[in-house]
Amino acid sequence: MLSIKNLTVNVNDKQILKGINLEVKAGEIHAIMGPNGSGKSTLSHILSGKAGYIVTGGSVTYQGKDLLEMPPEIRAREGVFLAFQYPVEIPGVSNIYLLKAALNSIRKHHGQPEVDAMDFLTLVKGKVRLLEMDEKFLYRAVNEGFSGGEKKRNEILQMAILEPKLCILDETDSGLDIDALKVVAEGVNSLRSPDRSFVMVTHYQRLLDYIKPDFVHVLAHGQIVRSGGPELALELEEKGYSWLEDNKAA
Amino acid sequence: MTTTTASRYTAEYESIAPILPGQALPWLQRLRTEALEKFSAQGFPSLREEEWRYTNVSAIEKKLFSPSVIRASSHIDTNWLKHYQLIDAWSVVLVDGHFSPALSVLDGLPDSVSVLSMNDALVKYATLLETHLGQAVDNAEHGFIAFNSAWFTDGLFVYIPAKQVLAKPLQVLHIATQADVLATTRTIIIADEIAEVKVIETFVGLDTSYLSAAVTEVFVGANADVTLYKMQCESAKAYHFGGTYVKQARDARFIHHNFAFGGLLARSDIHVDLDFASDCELNGLYLGAKRQHIDNHTRINHLKPQAFSRELYKGVLDDRARGVFQGRVIVDIDAQKTDSQMSNRNLLLSDDAEADTKPQLEIYADDVKCGHGVTVGQLDEKSIFYLQSRCIDEETARNMLTFAFANEMVDKIRIKELHDKVLEQVLVRFPQEGVEKSWL
Repeated sequence: MLSIKNLTVNVNDKQILKGINLEVKAGEIHAIMGPNGSGKSTLSHILSGKAGYIVTGGSVTYQGKDLLEMPPEIRAREGVFLAFQYPVEIPGVSNIYLLKAALNSIRKHHGQPEVDAMDFLTLVKGKVRLLEMDEKFLYRAVNEGFSGGEKKRNEILQMAILEPKLCILDETDSGLDIDALKVVAEGVNSLRSPDRSFVMVTHYQRLLDYIKPDFVHVLAHGQIVRSGGPELALELEEKGYSWLEDNKAA
Repeated sequence: MTTTTASRYTAEYESIAPILPGQALPWLQRLRTEALEKFSAQGFPSLREEEWRYTNVSAIEKKLFSPSVIRASSHIDTNWLKHYQLIDAWSVVLVDGHFSPALSVLDGLPDSVSVLSMNDALVKYATLLETHLGQAVDNAEHGFIAFNSAWFTDGLFVYIPAKQVLAKPLQVLHIATQADVLATTRTIIIADEIAEVKVIETFVGLDTSYLSAAVTEVFVGANADVTLYKMQCESAKAYHFGGTYVKQARDARFIHHNFAFGGLLARSDIHVDLDFASDCELNGLYLGAKRQHIDNHTRINHLKPQAFSRELYKGVLDDRARGVFQGRVIVDIDAQKTDSQMSNRNLLLSDDAEADTKPQLEIYADDVKCGHGVTVGQLDEKSIFYLQSRCIDEETARNMLTFAFANEMVDKIRIKELHDKVLEQVLVRFPQEGVEKSWL
């Protein structure tokens, strides 16, 4: 699904990622944990194609294709979805319009006809119920005036409707209370499937109580310093990040 | 220079004067003579005038636009007109500055309501016109006003008697059909006490160079309600001056929506005088592209206490277009408890586009609530990336965001048919695939 090889990335002439290696197979959930400033967000931005990052070395291959060559919208149409840490408010553009435009862009990309209006509404309303959202949200402007929890839910709603192959969750649990986190996690879990992979970038171990990862990686100073199974997350919770950072520095 | 070129118009005046309406009315002749003298002396406005410092109209002086002598309207393509003319409305069509009875639809108007061409009104309602024409604006204001007073060939007269509510909107379509034509019209709208009327002024023209110089005076009676929409879709080669001058009596409400989309050089004045506890709302949207120059000049005079005014003008400027917003709010010494807010927001889509914005508050009273704000910015890169990450290509993302910015103003239109027509014009500028109107 996703293969990152020795990836180095600069921001404003400063090296942020210093040789990342990561293999994500179909159906797997990978958690990337690390302290603030470790390069976690840079990694998710680089995968989704945000401007302002200079790749100085290495490669990212997605489904056999060079991901870094693709503009952001092509990545998205090919099935890469970034759930934003801070979803952007788009005044004047309604949720439902964005959803339909996005879905039709994907269908067009794959040579399929536009979605039928009735089928679309049925699909969307089903997902809205899944995420325990009010249907009125659909007709409101994207994220405008939404609470932090509503914004995160909205990201997962978009994900549920667009059915991506590779879901990148950037700090999805930040800003969520426990009830909202459960709803969001349930939404994510309902999307788990053998041909869909997840990369969850998170600072907090809490998310992993609700979305069980297959692998946990610790990112520190722009490198993955440790990889392991779900038990690594528990170890981190106990000891904090410092023992790994110190380890690396030593 | 100014005097010489303006005198080309003045020199031509002698041959035009005999065909102008109102020959038998001494008061009008005096008004015209006085206006002609003013215009001869000062010409069209120059950049030296503070209220015109961003807008150079010398091209109008260099050309000589002449009033139309033929009054043919049969050659107007009705399919083209459909984009602008409302079905569910009464309509008055002025072709090249002359009323066209054939294209106008006035059947079923209530008997007490008068809607007729200025030419006819000068015969039938001379007394009423004598006390109104030229009362909402002064010929000394600037050259275009004086020019209009001296030159107007026709126009419209609307009288809504007290307590009368006009059920359907009234549309005034100004159509220019000839190259180098000069369409100078004067419109008077009078709504008596507690009357209600919605008027739409639409300006369109064939793809040629011409000059529209229209002046509208509006008298909103006590507790009356007037909504005026202006849909300026002149040809890309056209010159447009449109002045709207409003006098509100106490408790009166006036709403103006100004959609300035067309013209090579277009200037609108919207000046409002507010009496005690009257309300006024001025909305504007200007879309400039290529080399368009669009100037909107507003003035709100709070003359008496407790009046309320809200103003929001938004501009989208692409290519080498230039948008000008000059908004003045004047709060008279007597106008205590004035509540006024003015805002102008500009979106620049290219490095060569320009927005000149000058909000002015002049406050002479001491117990007032007044504010103004101005922004000039570009599309938010974070928003563009967000949309791209949701499968939308960059160009469409830019169009969506620009459209959303503009649509706030379109959304304020309360006449469904007009809303859809204006929306159509905006979507042509910022196309988006698969958009469903009900979701916008």
